[in-house]
Amino acid sequence: MSAEAHDHGHDLEHEHHHKETFITKYIFSIDHKMISKQYLITGIIMGVIGVGMSMLFRMQLAWPEESFKIFNVLLGDKFAPDGVMANDIYLALVTIHGTIMVFFVLTAGLSGTFSNLLIPLQIGARDMASGFMNMISYWLFFLSAVIMLCSLFVEAGPASAGWTIYPPLSALPQAIPGSGMGMTLWLVSMAIFIASSLMGSLNYIVTVINLRTKGMTMTRLPLTIWTFFVTAIIGVISFPVLLSAALLLIFDRSFGTSFFLSDIYIAGEVLHYQGGSPVLFEHLFWFLGHPEVYIVILPAMGIVSEVMATNSRKPIFGYRAMIMSVLAIAFLSTIVWGHHMFISGMNPFLGSVFTFTTLLIAIPSAVKAFNWITTLWKGNLQLNPAMLFSIGMVSTFITGGLTGIILGDSTLDINVHDTYFVVAHFHLVMGISALYGMFAGVYHWFPRLYGRMLNKNLGYVHFWVSAICAYGVFFPMHFIGLAGLPRRYYTNTNFPLFDDLQNVNVLITTFALIGGVFQLVFLYNFFSSIFYGKKSVQNPWKSNTLEWTAPVEHIHGNWPGAIPEVHRWPYDYSNPAHDVDFVPQNVPMKEGEEVLHH
Amino acid sequence: MFIDEEEDTVVVELYAQQFKWTARYAGPDNVLGKANVRLIEGVNTLGVDLSDPYAQDDIVVSELHIPKGKKIHFKMRSQDVLHSAYMPYFRAQMNCVPGMVTEFAFTPIYTTSEYRELPYMVEKVANINALRTKKSIGLVAKGETALDPYTFDYLLLCNKICGSSHYNMQMKVIVDTPEDYKKWLEDKATIVQEVKTAKTPEAPVDGAKGSDSTKGKDTAEAVVKIAMK
Repeated sequence: MSAEAHDHGHDLEHEHHHKETFITKYIFSIDHKMISKQYLITGIIMGVIGVGMSMLFRMQLAWPEESFKIFNVLLGDKFAPDGVMANDIYLALVTIHGTIMVFFVLTAGLSGTFSNLLIPLQIGARDMASGFMNMISYWLFFLSAVIMLCSLFVEAGPASAGWTIYPPLSALPQAIPGSGMGMTLWLVSMAIFIASSLMGSLNYIVTVINLRTKGMTMTRLPLTIWTFFVTAIIGVISFPVLLSAALLLIFDRSFGTSFFLSDIYIAGEVLHYQGGSPVLFEHLFWFLGHPEVYIVILPAMGIVSEVMATNSRKPIFGYRAMIMSVLAIAFLSTIVWGHHMFISGMNPFLGSVFTFTTLLIAIPSAVKAFNWITTLWKGNLQLNPAMLFSIGMVSTFITGGLTGIILGDSTLDINVHDTYFVVAHFHLVMGISALYGMFAGVYHWFPRLYGRMLNKNLGYVHFWVSAICAYGVFFPMHFIGLAGLPRRYYTNTNFPLFDDLQNVNVLITTFALIGGVFQLVFLYNFFSSIFYGKKSVQNPWKSNTLEWTAPVEHIHGNWPGAIPEVHRWPYDYSNPAHDVDFVPQNVPMKEGEEVLHH
Repeated sequence: MFIDEEEDTVVVELYAQQFKWTARYAGPDNVLGKANVRLIEGVNTLGVDLSDPYAQDDIVVSELHIPKGKKIHFKMRSQDVLHSAYMPYFRAQMNCVPGMVTEFAFTPIYTTSEYRELPYMVEKVANINALRTKKSIGLVAKGETALDPYTFDYLLLCNKICGSSHYNMQMKVIVDTPEDYKKWLEDKATIVQEVKTAKTPEAPVDGAKGSDSTKGKDTAEAVVKIAMK
């Protein structure tokens, strides 16, 4: 049931088109705006769970011998007797935290929300190419989230082999209790998640290619659309590989095959597995796993580009360079996965190849960082919360990116691999950066989503506390990593060598707890503004893109009359030929007006 | 680190299992005997093929001693899940993968006692001990025993999540002068002697020692050859 099907007679009587019940409007909706809200709210709920878990295990790391009543209340007598966290549940918490944040929040929550909201609205389409598939995509995502949460309640505990689920640890229940039913549910949940993600991605690609309005050429697309489009392509290329890895692992676990297992002696007996290799799994996993970080960060980059241009009141610097760098990042992202495996036992010669391709990514990344800064340069900066989060994203992306150059080098990586240095690197460069991009998007497009404004002052509090705490958490982590502290240790008390790092851990946890609690400010702001926020005007940020030409009230089909026609690129801010400092894309060119698009 | 075939190295096997490390020295012939987890039996916890001529002089120990100034060629195995042999003070790390042999080599340049004397390490240890003393005062007040003072030792840690007790999988590494190292190794019993004294039925299961036991070694040799090119 495509949007085209009811395109005829769209003029004035559109609202009377068909009656919607509560269920078709709010639950099984095929309207992209409603699906976008569903993704956002599900993502926020998963985010609260994921961040909450990180606060629990940060407390454990800072005060490993203390007893906390909250551990007992939340984790139960089995996993936290007398309020002392057990080692198995610690590993489960880091595993599920990673899974939830990477896939459920920063992939589905970020891409799902903004691709769904913005692709039809910014390219001038009535809806997604297939509204029905869009609905299925969301509900599969919802189902996978439910299964993932169910796995928290199985008796032996949820999956606890790390979010990378390397076999044999993830394959053998004898190796760790979480590799029993918990791991099975993890794999089922991820398989469904991947199906959902593929349906969403295909929809985004088809919509961008086919449903652009008249005049919307590919080089007049806002950068948000470019990044969502390229993200979807990366997803379609790489997610099936994780699906295959998950299926093969299911075979090894349940049907006795030996794809990833060989020569194993555990719990006093030799297992029958012969001839497989865990390194094969690592290759398959990271063939998705690395593109995945770009699936996470590219939409954030698109959002930041859009928000920065609007709030600098300047054209984005180097529009075509931005597109080229996104394409270059997408291409390179598929040939660098081996940098996660420098010490996996693969041939060291491959290490030098992957070092080369990995360091190449610094070029398009630096182009983007440079262009953001030059967009800000001498701009008429509107420092609203969305803009602050965008600038924050550029900051964390640069800080995290610099350590990426160290980790991308196979010889340097040997020393810091799997230490807190790595944890600090990827949290800054893709965790916090993507989260900031998501926050920037929510602050910027909240009026478009709910027709109301978020409270600006609460936004300022949210940004500044988050910014200070994010650096407070992840900056010191570099130093304990360089000092050799391995990640995924439940406590460091068995190593007097690391005793002098304990104070740093307390500092990190303090920032983590403050930062985590202050996200409540955002939650309060978000949910109360949906109902009680100030009513929004049609174009609150004086932005050029098409979504602000649609009425504030959501209607099916987006525009009451004809779809607006596009006459110019989306970044005509402060164009000297016009009196106002913004010229929306649907404003026709004046006679003799020079095209400033470059 | 690349190794020439003619180079004089000390070959040591690092053997990982949940949740401990074991080391095997190649002995005077400097070649490790074949091994496979299918041959694990009794005190032969590493599954060494006792019929292999190269295995006759192999020595199995639970504390790693290595000589200063000589290249140490580590060959790593794991019997159950992925482990990672991480030696932070040597800037060395390599995963141990069940079903294959991985390798790493480095040359230690300070003995343990020399490293303890380095000014930065003296300062670090003093700092750690000050913290431990402070903590001990609290512990004693609660009626618990005080913490021992800390002296520095090189460590081998597991740095790839490997199960519940991953956080406590460690082995002490001691860098000796070449003389001390020789003395330490001299009076160690070989694995063959150990098996004999334990009087376990020594004949390994037939049929298992053929193709299986050589497999891991072949792969490793192939990797070394490629690496050297």
